[in-house]
Amino acid sequence: MNRAISVTVNGKTHKHEVEPRLLLVHYLRDVLNLTGTHVGCDTSQCGACTIIMNDMAVKCCTVLAVQANGSKILTIEGLAKDGQLHPIQEGFWEEHGLQCGFCTPGMIMQALQMLQRNPKPTDAEIRRGLEGNLCRCTGYHNIVKAIQYAAKKMARK
Amino acid sequence: MATGTKLFGSSIKRREDPRFITGKGIYTDDVKLPGTTCAAFVRSPHAHARIKSVNVVKTKASPGVVAVFTGRDLANAKVGGLPCGWLLPGIKLPPHPALAVETVRYVGDAVAVVIAESAFAAKDAAEKVEIQYEVLPAVTDGLSAVQQGAPTLHSDAPGNICFTWSIGDKEKTESAFRGATIVKQHLVNQRLIPNAMEPRASLASYEPATGDLTLWVTSQNPHVHRLLMAAFVLGIPEHKMRVIAPDVGGGFGSKIFVYPEEVVVAWASRQLGRPVKWTAERRESYMTDAHGRDHITDAEMGFSKDGKIIGLRVKTHANLGAYLSTFAPLIPTYLYGTLLSGLYAIPAIYCEVVGVFTNTTPVDAYRGAGRPEATYLLERLMDLGARARKTDPAEIRRKNFIPADKFPYQTPVALAYDSGNYGPALDRALSMADYRKLRAEQERLRREGRYLGIGFSTYIEACGPAPSQVAGALGAQAGLWESAHVRVHPTGKVTIYTGSHSHGQGHETTFTQIGADELGIPWEDVELVHGDTAAIPFGMGSYGSRSTAVGGSAIVMSLNKIKEKGRKIAAHLLEAAEGDVVFEDGKYFVRGAPSRAKTFQEVALMAYLAHNMPPGLEPGLEATSFFDPPNFTFPFGTHIAVAEVDPETGQVKIVRYVAVDDVGRVVNPMIVDGMVHGGIAQGVAQALWESGVYDSSGQLLTGTMMDYALPKADQLPFFETDRTETPSPVNPLGVKGAGETGTIASTAAVANAVMDALAPLGVSHIDLPLTPDRIWRAIRDAKKGGRA
Repeated sequence: MNRAISVTVNGKTHKHEVEPRLLLVHYLRDVLNLTGTHVGCDTSQCGACTIIMNDMAVKCCTVLAVQANGSKILTIEGLAKDGQLHPIQEGFWEEHGLQCGFCTPGMIMQALQMLQRNPKPTDAEIRRGLEGNLCRCTGYHNIVKAIQYAAKKMARK
Repeated sequence: MATGTKLFGSSIKRREDPRFITGKGIYTDDVKLPGTTCAAFVRSPHAHARIKSVNVVKTKASPGVVAVFTGRDLANAKVGGLPCGWLLPGIKLPPHPALAVETVRYVGDAVAVVIAESAFAAKDAAEKVEIQYEVLPAVTDGLSAVQQGAPTLHSDAPGNICFTWSIGDKEKTESAFRGATIVKQHLVNQRLIPNAMEPRASLASYEPATGDLTLWVTSQNPHVHRLLMAAFVLGIPEHKMRVIAPDVGGGFGSKIFVYPEEVVVAWASRQLGRPVKWTAERRESYMTDAHGRDHITDAEMGFSKDGKIIGLRVKTHANLGAYLSTFAPLIPTYLYGTLLSGLYAIPAIYCEVVGVFTNTTPVDAYRGAGRPEATYLLERLMDLGARARKTDPAEIRRKNFIPADKFPYQTPVALAYDSGNYGPALDRALSMADYRKLRAEQERLRREGRYLGIGFSTYIEACGPAPSQVAGALGAQAGLWESAHVRVHPTGKVTIYTGSHSHGQGHETTFTQIGADELGIPWEDVELVHGDTAAIPFGMGSYGSRSTAVGGSAIVMSLNKIKEKGRKIAAHLLEAAEGDVVFEDGKYFVRGAPSRAKTFQEVALMAYLAHNMPPGLEPGLEATSFFDPPNFTFPFGTHIAVAEVDPETGQVKIVRYVAVDDVGRVVNPMIVDGMVHGGIAQGVAQALWESGVYDSSGQLLTGTMMDYALPKADQLPFFETDRTETPSPVNPLGVKGAGETGTIASTAAVANAVMDALAPLGVSHIDLPLTPDRIWRAIRDAKKGGRA
C-alpha cells in the first residue's frame, strides 16, 4: 500500500514510505517536522501552504506527497542562507508585512516566484500576484510594501 | 511616566518577526508530543433534528481507533455544558452540551468524537458512525424566528427569545420625535464569518502520575479558558490544569470563547491517559467558529429645524445562533446599544434589542463586536439625514459633535466618555482627502456619466469594558482588569509576564518598549512572557482592544513598585535619604549629586545578594499588579472612503481611503498603522463582499473560501492614515484601544460612499454587502420609478 518516495527539501534528500493519500503539506509538517508551512484552508484558496517545488510556487495542500517523488522543494525554513535573511524576509520585517505570522511563509514563497518572474513589479502587479494568498491581519498594505522593498534590494545585487 | 523617553512612540521593528519570517513560529498544530492521538468530530448535516440513534459498532472496529465518545458518554461522565460568561436580566440559558445528546440545532453541531492513532484513521472511522436523525423544521433569520409558528429550538426559550433588553429613555425619545424631521431606515447588518488564518486547534495531555492536565489551545485568553473549563465544564481543580496559548494565528474575537472541541479533547485525554489533538479543517471553521454581527434593525433619527439630532430610536433583532456562545449576550447589548450616541450630542435615545435563537452557528464577538453595528446604523442615518436636509455630510456631523469642552461626557445610554476632540480629526481627514477638490471631481465625472461617491464615517469606539464592579453589575461573570508580573533578575535583566495575549498585535515589542523606557535599560534586556497559565499569575486576555490600555497599565504599576523598592535599596547603598534619591535613565542618584549613583543593575544585584539591604526589606526584586481601570477608553476618528460605481455592472472600486484615528498616545505607530490597515480591509469587505449565508433549510451556503468572499490584495487600495492624539485620562499610559477602529469605522464609510455615488440615480439605501448584483438591481428599480 505505502509508496517509497525520495524528495529533496531545502537541499537535503529524504526517503520515506508514505500512504498514497498523504498530502505533501502533511509530509512536510508531520514527517519532516518542517512546520513553517501552514495549512489555512485545505482547499487551495488561502495560500498559507505555498512552497517552491521544482522552481514553481505551488500550494502543497493539493499536492500528494507521492507526486513530489524526485522533486526539489524549497520551504520557508530553507530560504535564509547562512543566517542571512533573504531580502523578501527582510522586507516583511522592515515594512511590518506581518502581524499574526500565519500567512507569512506562504506570502514570502509566493513573492519569491513573483520577483523571479518580474523583478520590477508595479504595485498593481504585486497585488495581482498575491491573488491566491489571503491575509486577515494586514489589509495587504504593508505586504505590498514589503515585496517592493525586496524588489529594490534584489535589483541592487 | 514614559513621556519623552526614547522607545515610547517609536516604530521599532517587531521582535516576534524573526521567528515568523523563518517558519519558526510555534502554533498549536506545530506542537508535537509522543504518543499523540488524533480526534475527528462527527457533525450534524442537518440544521435541526432529533437524534434517534447513534451506532458506533463499526467505528470502534475501524483500524487504529482508540476510543469513540458520544454526547451520552459525556453526559454520563457529568461533563458540564458550555457556560455563558455574560448574563442579562431574564435571560434564557438553555443547556449547550459539548456533544449533542438528543437534538442537533445547527449544521456542524458535534454529535460524536472518534479518537485514533492518526488523523487518517480518525477520519476514516468517523465516516462509519451511523446516526439516525428525525429532521425538524429549521429557522435561520432573527426576524422569522420570533414569528408565531416558527420552529422552536429550546423548550425553555419560548418564541426563540433569549432576552429582550433595552437602554435609554423611551418616553423622552418619543416626545423628542414630535415635530422633528425624521429619517427612518430598515438595516441589515449581515452575518460575518471570522476566518482567522490559523484554524482553531487544541492538544490536551493528561499525566496520570501527577494528575496534571496541559492544554495547548488557540486562545486569546488562556486563563479564561482554564477557569471556565476547570470550574464549569470538566470539574478539574484549577491548579491541576495548565493552558498554553502559543503563537496564535489571528483571533479577531473568534478565539475568545470556550468551544466544544477543546472541552472534548481535554476530557478525552484524561480518560485515555494519552495526548489528544484536534485541528479544524477550514470547513469546520466556517461551521463552528462563532460568527459575527447578524442584526436586523429598524432605526429612526429625528432632526431639529437647524439640523441638530434630537432623538434616536432603534429596535434590533440580534441573531445569536443555536446556542449562547461565551460572551454572546454582551455583544448586541452593552457593546452596541451603549454606543448609539456615537460622537454626537443626542439628547434622547431609546434602543430595544431582542436576542434570538436560530438554527445557525452561534454568534459572538467578532472584530469590533457590536460597535461596527452601532456605527453603521448611526452613520447611515446621518447620511440619510444630510440628504433629506440637503446638507453636506461632513457639516451635519460637525454640527452634532459633542463639543471638546464637554468631557467627560455622559451619554443618554450609560457611557461616560473619557476624553475627545472630534473636530480636528474631521478637519485633518477633509484636508488629506482634499474634500472640495473631490466634490468638484465628482461633479465633473457625473457630467461624463461616471459615478464617484464620497462617504464619511465619524465614529467612536469603547475599549476595555471597565471597571470590574460596573461590568459585574451589567452581567459580566468575570472581572475585567488585567495582571502583570515583572521579575528583575540578579543581572538586571527583566522578564515581564502579562495576562494579555498577543495573536498578531505585537505585544512582545510594545510591552517591552514600555518596560525598557520605565526602567531606563536596553530594550534587549527586557523579555515578555504571555500565553501560559503556569507562568502568569492570572489574565483576562486580549479582546475589545484592551491590551495596552489595561494590560500595559498593569505592567506600569509593577514597574513603579520595582522602581520604588529599588529606590530604597539605592538610598541605603548611597547612604542618602530615600526622598533625596532620583531615578532617571536607569540610574539612582542623589539629587544634586549625579555622580553619587547606583545603576539599576547594581541595585538589582544587591536585591539578590542581600548582603547590604535596608533593615527589614526583603531580598528579591519583583512585583505583581492588577489594574482595574476606572472606565473604558474611547478612541474616535473620521474615515473617508472614495468609491466609483460602474452603473452598467454594479462593480465598486475603492479609489481612495483616508483614515484619521485618535487612539490616545501611541507606543509603536508602525504597529497601530498595521492594525488600522487590516481593520479597514475587514470593514470594506463587509460593505462590499463578505456575507455568511444560510439557505432556508439551514445549510451554510458560504462554507468555504470559494463561497465566502474574503478580501484580496488586488481589491484594495493603499490606505492613507494619520492620527490626532487626545490622551486618555483613565490609564497611566494615556493610551486608548487601537485594534478595532479600522473595522468599526470603515463599513459605514464605504456604504455611504456607494450611496453618495448612486444619489443621482435615485438610490438611497441598499443592504450590505453591496454586491454588483444588488447595486445593479437597485439602479434598475430606481430607474423604473421605485425607490431602492
